Amino acid sequence: MAEYRPSGTAAAWMLAKREWIRFFRQRNRVISAVVQPLLFWLLFGTGLQGSFVGAGDQNFMEYFLPGTIALIVLFTAIFATISVIEDRREGFMQSVLVAPVGRWPVLAGKVLGGSTIAWVQAVVFLALVYLFGAASLSTSVFGVLALLAVVAITMCSLGMIVAWPMDSTQGFHAIMMLGLMPMWLLSGTFFPIPAWDSGAGGGQLALGGLMRANPLTYPVVELRRLLYPAVDFSASGFAPSSPICWSVSLAFMVITTLIAWSLMRGHRRADLIS
Amino acid sequence: MILPADSSRDAATIRCRDVHHRYGDHEALRGVDLEIDRGEIFALLGPNGSGKTTLFRLLSTLVPVQRGSIEVAGLDVATSSLAVRGRIGIVFQSPSLDKKLSVDENIACQAALYGLSGGRLAARRDEVLAQMKLTDRRGEICEKLSGGLKRRVELAKGLLHRPRVMLLDEPSTGLDPAARIDLWQTLRTMADQGITVVLTTHLLEEAEKADRLAIMFRGRLIADGTPGSLRGELGDALITVSAVDPDEAEKVLRDELGLDTQRVSGQLRVRAENAASLVPRIADRLGSRVESITVGRPGLEDVFIAKTGYRFD
Repeated sequence: MAEYRPSGTAAAWMLAKREWIRFFRQRNRVISAVVQPLLFWLLFGTGLQGSFVGAGDQNFMEYFLPGTIALIVLFTAIFATISVIEDRREGFMQSVLVAPVGRWPVLAGKVLGGSTIAWVQAVVFLALVYLFGAASLSTSVFGVLALLAVVAITMCSLGMIVAWPMDSTQGFHAIMMLGLMPMWLLSGTFFPIPAWDSGAGGGQLALGGLMRANPLTYPVVELRRLLYPAVDFSASGFAPSSPICWSVSLAFMVITTLIAWSLMRGHRRADLIS
Repeated sequence: MILPADSSRDAATIRCRDVHHRYGDHEALRGVDLEIDRGEIFALLGPNGSGKTTLFRLLSTLVPVQRGSIEVAGLDVATSSLAVRGRIGIVFQSPSLDKKLSVDENIACQAALYGLSGGRLAARRDEVLAQMKLTDRRGEICEKLSGGLKRRVELAKGLLHRPRVMLLDEPSTGLDPAARIDLWQTLRTMADQGITVVLTTHLLEEAEKADRLAIMFRGRLIADGTPGSLRGELGDALITVSAVDPDEAEKVLRDELGLDTQRVSGQLRVRAENAASLVPRIADRLGSRVESITVGRPGLEDVFIAKTGYRFD
């Protein structure tokens, strides 16, 4: 009998590669992940352009750009992790769960595969943004790329947390619409977060409190700052410093990944196809 | 982790000792004891809900051992599940292929999970694809393959890492007759190579092809042996009597002819060594009260009925 050395790293790499192969064989995913945010950006940006003036005289298209990029990452990560449910339903997951490599490669492969796809799509969109002059290219682009990677990993881990215990894609969509979309909407993508002393009403301040508690707010704020480094956002509402934004973003990434890992460890009824 | 080579006879056997398993309040296995030897084709036969799939899941390490012990290929499943996984090949009832990938890509995916890479992977992949007669289909996307071909890809995946034990859950499901014949030829080749083949089935004719089988019912193993030895327990022939009044007929057969009868679905079943002489006597005694008398060689369904008192369905 032969001796083989099962490697979790090789398994994770292969599972990530598989995500890419599947992605390119499902053209609707490629299209929907970029076109939908692009449409959002163009439609909302154009429609609300006249009724919005942000910090540094930004119009709504400029203001909405970081949120659009975050949406691309969110959508792509969601589509990548929803495949966990399909993998389980179609039987593929069972063959992975009985492989001699444990379970961490499943998480690593899904997150690595899904997040790189999300990252590349966001970068493609970003390249178009710079190409058409919607933002000025500067050295801060490296910060943007790094932050997008953090957000992509976070969103994939979050997607895994939602998808792993689920047995239906309908349930996943429900959670997404009830949890992830509001999370995106309340991250300062559509409107600035009012400062406590801004004189805003009670409802707005309560909403501002929710937005401050939303961990996605911090990478979006930092993304806005990195995309428009010349603009001072501190005068237009809540704008935490870069170290705070990075710390929260990284902490959120670590926490979501650890929660996903703890969910996936051990045997669960959800592993079985009845 | 290194999967150690071990060619001893012991390393390719399965031993279950007093295995119990529960899903909440439902007791799926109630004390299963079982031994399977190296290189034999062993069938776990039982109707739906008998516990065979639970036993399959335990053997394949998909669910943890709750009570009792299971040894596969010389290793304790409870304490060495990762090493056990390296020694077993698994073909699930529901396909485990990624339908969006090609045959080659599915094999590559499996190889990465089991530690094959580079030249060894290339050589082994060519070998299993040739063995499964898939060489000319290797570039095809799996969703375009027929059910029989998909099953062959599953078998190729299962064999890739040279397992000592091959576990198959209802392998004939969805296969046409030609593909079933093909499947059994492959299983026989595996067994000839020293691989222990364990399959679950609810098909009696499939279990007949196994070297040995265990019949499961309500979480218990109620019979274990070769198909021939199990049938032999019932004698040479089985007489089935349908009568107008089964109660009265049963009384006649028991009291007047001294026969042991078993009532199943309103029919009386009698084991007989001398059916040729017994049938006229039964007909004579029951007269017009008899509706039909049939004589047949006992099959596995008869074994199941004899052991449980229920029809196999």
